[in-house]
Amino acid sequence: MTRILHGVDITRGASFRGVVDFNQRYRLQHVDRNFKSTITTIVPLTDMEKLFQLRIDDDAERATFGFLPGQFVMLEVPGYGEVPISISSSPSNKAYIELCIRRAGTVTNLLHRARPGAKVGLRGPFGTHFPTGQMKGHDVLLIAGGLGLAPLRAPIFDITENRAAYGRVHILYGTKDPSQLLFDYQYETWRRVGGVELSIAVEHADADWKGEVGLITHLLDRLTLDADDTFAIVCGPPVMFKHVCSRLSARGVPMDRMFVSLERRMHCGMGKCYRCNVGHTSTCIDGPVFDYWSVMNLKESI
Amino acid sequence: MLFRTLAKAEFRKLVELLLAANEVVGPKRVGTNVRGEPLHQFLPVSAFDELALDYANTEFPPKTYFLPYREDLCSYRFGDDDWTQDIRYQVHPRVIVGMHACDINGLVKLDKVFTRDTFPSPYYLSRRKNTLIIGIDHLPGPKCFCRSVGADLVERGFDLFLSDLDTRYFVAIGSDRGFGLLQRVDAKAITDEDRADYLALRHRIADAFETHVDVQNLPSLLDIEFESKLWKKWGDKCLSCGACAMVCPTCYCYGVHERVSIDFRCGAKVKQLHSCNLLDFAMVAGNHNFRPTRESRLKYRYYHQHRGFVEAYDEPNCVGCNRCGHACLVGINPPDVIADLQAEERR
Ligand SMILES: Cc1cc2nc3c(=O)[nH]c(=O)nc-3n(C[C@H](O)[C@H](O)[C@H](O)COP(=O)(O)OP(=O)(O)OC[C@H]3O[C@@H](n4cnc5c(N)ncnc54)[C@H](O)[C@@H]3O)c2cc1C
Ligand code: SF4
Ligand code: SF4
Ligand code: FES
Repeated sequence: MTRILHGVDITRGASFRGVVDFNQRYRLQHVDRNFKSTITTIVPLTDMEKLFQLRIDDDAERATFGFLPGQFVMLEVPGYGEVPISISSSPSNKAYIELCIRRAGTVTNLLHRARPGAKVGLRGPFGTHFPTGQMKGHDVLLIAGGLGLAPLRAPIFDITENRAAYGRVHILYGTKDPSQLLFDYQYETWRRVGGVELSIAVEHADADWKGEVGLITHLLDRLTLDADDTFAIVCGPPVMFKHVCSRLSARGVPMDRMFVSLERRMHCGMGKCYRCNVGHTSTCIDGPVFDYWSVMNLKESI
Repeated sequence: MLFRTLAKAEFRKLVELLLAANEVVGPKRVGTNVRGEPLHQFLPVSAFDELALDYANTEFPPKTYFLPYREDLCSYRFGDDDWTQDIRYQVHPRVIVGMHACDINGLVKLDKVFTRDTFPSPYYLSRRKNTLIIGIDHLPGPKCFCRSVGADLVERGFDLFLSDLDTRYFVAIGSDRGFGLLQRVDAKAITDEDRADYLALRHRIADAFETHVDVQNLPSLLDIEFESKLWKKWGDKCLSCGACAMVCPTCYCYGVHERVSIDFRCGAKVKQLHSCNLLDFAMVAGNHNFRPTRESRLKYRYYHQHRGFVEAYDEPNCVGCNRCGHACLVGINPPDVIADLQAEERR
């Protein structure tokens, strides 16, 4: 049979050569190639959350992988599924990345049973980031509720590593009860080495708790802030960031200087599956980090 | 754009050349519906006479040859504590004959999402590049509203596009591949008469539309009417079956899941088309559903097509084929839903 049409192998183009780089968003490449990674360390944090340290196996892939604070990866357990997880480690750390994962369903429960040495797949980084560069020279307020500390940890690293570039830095963190506090082993480091003011409150104290009791808004109301000179990053459940952001707004912080991170169902991270649709856009491309003014204009975002 | 004319016998010859050399897909009559009307589907054909080029519409769009209902994104082989990933894109060339303008315009919209935007999809692009498209004009059916959404004329996205001038086809050439193909048969330069006949046909088609839908103001209207009771009215009817998205030539939302073989030696990452009307579309772990009601899910199908898509690509993601309205068992269709919204505005 003489073919009139000949098969075109699109992978013969130059863009397919070399390592996949998800930061080159418009490049035609193997977008479903995952970076095989080894879970090197697992740190139990609470009943529900563990911190996973991952190292991308291939040297070239590891060297190419770079992210900005607030971005996320798609973490895949081949044969089981793929889930979006925020990167919790420092953007300057080229050796490994850290993911703080709550067990919630199939894939996350499986990960909680994994042992160091297990292999997983990573794609990314994806999404928008907290503009820590733009925040330089200003006061920064980092506010987290519950698991919200996971996506907040990357900007905390970023800011504390470049501490001199910022004005006053406050972290406000709240959880339901003391047993849910994440990264408690790092609080002293942030305070002393990072030079940040860290305030923590729990809604329900236990017998050993000596700190604040109450909602995060309570901590916020007590804080003196220079509204004209403050940027805020707020991570947590929608009810929480809604209250926090409207309070900040009432105190004069412009809405386009407050940043939140949204969560939606995700199946690609690349603006294709549209499962992460929020309002008139997709969370994985235009988000997950949005400024609060944008969020106000997205239908049903909060 | 370059144009030629092709005698009908020459067109037959061209298709027979293609049939001898490659897989050819086209509108094939597959049965009759309950009303006794013929049913057509885009299926592989083995002879020219199997092509029903005068078909009114197909139940399913030819989208399936570009975005199959289900496809493996990659496969896995598992060893002890390790695995290898294998990724392949189809390169098997195929010809599709007889696509209507609306369906080609549907592909042009999908091209924007899958080849021109962030993270171009090699799966889609490979299928697109390996498919030769010969389109054909037709007189609109009573429910077609492609003219209202600017999808009745094609300017790109095809290789050859035929308009039936009774004795001959007027052929628009959309690619060098199409141009090369015409060199295998006796295609003629167009004459003044061809041009006049073609323009007369264009007017005849334009005048034949019976359904008109006003979509110009939808992006702002959908924002204003976001809380409208109309959504409940239509949503209450909806069965959340997802048929509308399956038959739509432009709907592309999907889900991904993974599969393992029974002996745990191999697995695959599987992509499967989804519909925003299905209950679990926006469901996340812990059983939280961002769109728990039928009304909110139905609304978002319109909100994406006429608000979100317009925001991203300056045009609605609908080509007016009314397949969704035709497939819907409870009579939810874009002309009626949109007319209701427009009436709400005027009240
Ligand atoms: C941008 C972003 C960042 C996130 N960061 C973190 C993090 O740092 N730590 C953490 O513990 N969790 C995070 N999540 C939530 C996490 O993705 C879900 O808990 C996880 O997908 C649940 O998957 P599962 O297979 O265990 O649950 P199942 O309920 O079995 O999920 C089935 C599928 O549904 C989808 N899905 C379910 N829930 C969610 C969800 N909440 N968000 C998105 N997709 C979902 C996934 O595709 C998943 O494969 C984040 C979500 C998003 C969108
Ligand atoms: S086909 Fe009709 S009933 Fe089914 S999901 Fe679509 S609108 Fe609802
Ligand atoms: S009429 Fe319906 S099926 Fe056809 S393109 Fe528009 S939404 Fe899709
Ligand atoms: S996760 Fe697929 S479009 Fe956003």
